[in-house]
Amino acid sequence: MDILDYAFMQRALLASLMVGLVAPAVGIFLVQRRLSLLGDGLGHVALTGVAVGILTSTAPVGTALVAAVLGAVLIELVRARGRTSGDVALAVLFYGGIAGGVVLLSLAPQGQATNLDAYLFGAITTTSGSDVAVFAVIAVVVLVVVGLLGQRLYAVSDDEEYARAVGLPVLRLNIVLAALVASTVVLSMRVVGLLLISALMIVPCAVAQLVARSFRQTVLLGCAIGLVVSLSGTATSYYTGTPSGGTIVLLAIALFLVVSLAVAVHETTARRRHRRRADVHGAHPHEHGQDCGHPPVPHGDHVDYDHDGHRHAPHRTGSGVHYDEHGEHAVPAPPRSTP
Amino acid sequence: MTPTTGEGAIGLRGASIGYGDVPIVREVDLAVAPGEAVAVLGSNGSGKTTLARGLLGLATVLAGEVTVLGAPVGRLRERGRVGYVPQRHTVSGAAPATVREVVSVGRLARLGLFRRLGAADRRAVADAVAAVGMGDRMEDPVASLSGGQQRRVLVARALAAEPELLIMDEPTAGVDAASQEALAGVLARVSAAGTTLLVVTHEAGPLAGVLHRAVVVESGLITYDGPLAGAQAEPGGGHHHHEDAGQPPGRPGYRLDQPTVTPPSARPRTAGA
Repeated sequence: MDILDYAFMQRALLASLMVGLVAPAVGIFLVQRRLSLLGDGLGHVALTGVAVGILTSTAPVGTALVAAVLGAVLIELVRARGRTSGDVALAVLFYGGIAGGVVLLSLAPQGQATNLDAYLFGAITTTSGSDVAVFAVIAVVVLVVVGLLGQRLYAVSDDEEYARAVGLPVLRLNIVLAALVASTVVLSMRVVGLLLISALMIVPCAVAQLVARSFRQTVLLGCAIGLVVSLSGTATSYYTGTPSGGTIVLLAIALFLVVSLAVAVHETTARRRHRRRADVHGAHPHEHGQDCGHPPVPHGDHVDYDHDGHRHAPHRTGSGVHYDEHGEHAVPAPPRSTP
Repeated sequence: MTPTTGEGAIGLRGASIGYGDVPIVREVDLAVAPGEAVAVLGSNGSGKTTLARGLLGLATVLAGEVTVLGAPVGRLRERGRVGYVPQRHTVSGAAPATVREVVSVGRLARLGLFRRLGAADRRAVADAVAAVGMGDRMEDPVASLSGGQQRRVLVARALAAEPELLIMDEPTAGVDAASQEALAGVLARVSAAGTTLLVVTHEAGPLAGVLHRAVVVESGLITYDGPLAGAQAEPGGGHHHHEDAGQPPGRPGYRLDQPTVTPPSARPRTAGA
């Protein structure tokens, strides 16, 4: 593995390992809240922080963190106050962030390292030793907070109104989440880039939720996918000379398309099989009972009837009786009953 | 401000409730004692949902006084004692979640900010899921359940908190007969255990065996407060005429002059002949 012979690649791979693991763990709550683009907006705001850092000759990672977290808190306060102006306020903040960043960077004295592309789209050569140290602290803090508050964050992201009604501290939890997103954005600014980090928060979760059955599974699978695409994207960019952020995101999107296709094919097959069975059922409609010829199979609190290898559970309603399929649980949306 | 309703479950005194600064419920008085099972009836747009949301801190109390479990609604520290089933047909989240995960949320509010679900909490979650007859679906994704079953999951989420007051918004709307029966059974048990029930609905029929008292809301005012049977007998009782939702504020006209609201189906005697 000559790729590991270079110190800059070691640092880049360490950074991509951390961001790949952390981004989906935070992003899943944005997906759940249908606020997928918050990370993108905070990336814009972080750029102003980067510019301030470069202008004042302080470490841009630190100033970006301050700017992004301040922006995040501001956004949540704006959202909590007015409903009508919230959307416009966000736009002003986000585009103000990127405009401020670009203008401030242009003011930097000649000879300063102001490679805008590297900040926006990621580059493998830019991660310094002190960056890795800061990233490690951010990654640990974010993962610990998600571990401690994950269930509350899930509750608020899933059904904010219910969370409010039962007295969960909705505003505080939303601010915590926004601060986590801001931290993750900064964590990404070397390898993935401020404009692309949102994709690494969202796309691995989107892949995971195609196949997972529980929220927990979605988070774990999302993190695993994030880790794999982030590391492999960074490694690919070493060989192809492409920007690491773009390479990582394209890999993630390719994975999303492949898994979507596989799931669609699987569902079509399952539906066709179900239709074939429905034809069999249509051919001899009767109420299952003691003498119907289909062997009864006790199942929990009721009796299923073995029907050519799958099981029928009688479901009595006001309008008669129909049969639910109880033999199959693997299909994401279990087929409705047949008459 | 000392609560004037003592230990009542719900107290409204001259309460106006709305959104922004627009009152929808206007200067309403209502007292519900612990253990009562009350239907809040009314047509769409009458303000019955706003009344309930005011009790939950989801709508603003603009005037008067609203107390819940003896405390002013804005300052209720222990909202975990209130259970809420929102008016929704499905569990909303974009990511997959199991029945257990959704119902566990109902337990969180009792635990403060950091405490994790303990053995007793997990037992309460399992009991709540079993109570709505979904015990064998505990680990299934909620998206794989029917609308009626998802509704029952939301009921279980509220029950998991072991609430002293349970507020439900249209729990029977769009739910099949079997699930309605199951819900009535669940509510009967919850009510028998001493929980106060407040059910917002446009048709109390499916829950008539559980709910004893009815409050009818029309145009933001309480126009009837008494036995459920009395409210159902009245034309204004709310379980007919939901097609009248768009009528202007004021007393509903159909109580006095029937012809103005004759259903279209009964009308075309002359036109058709």
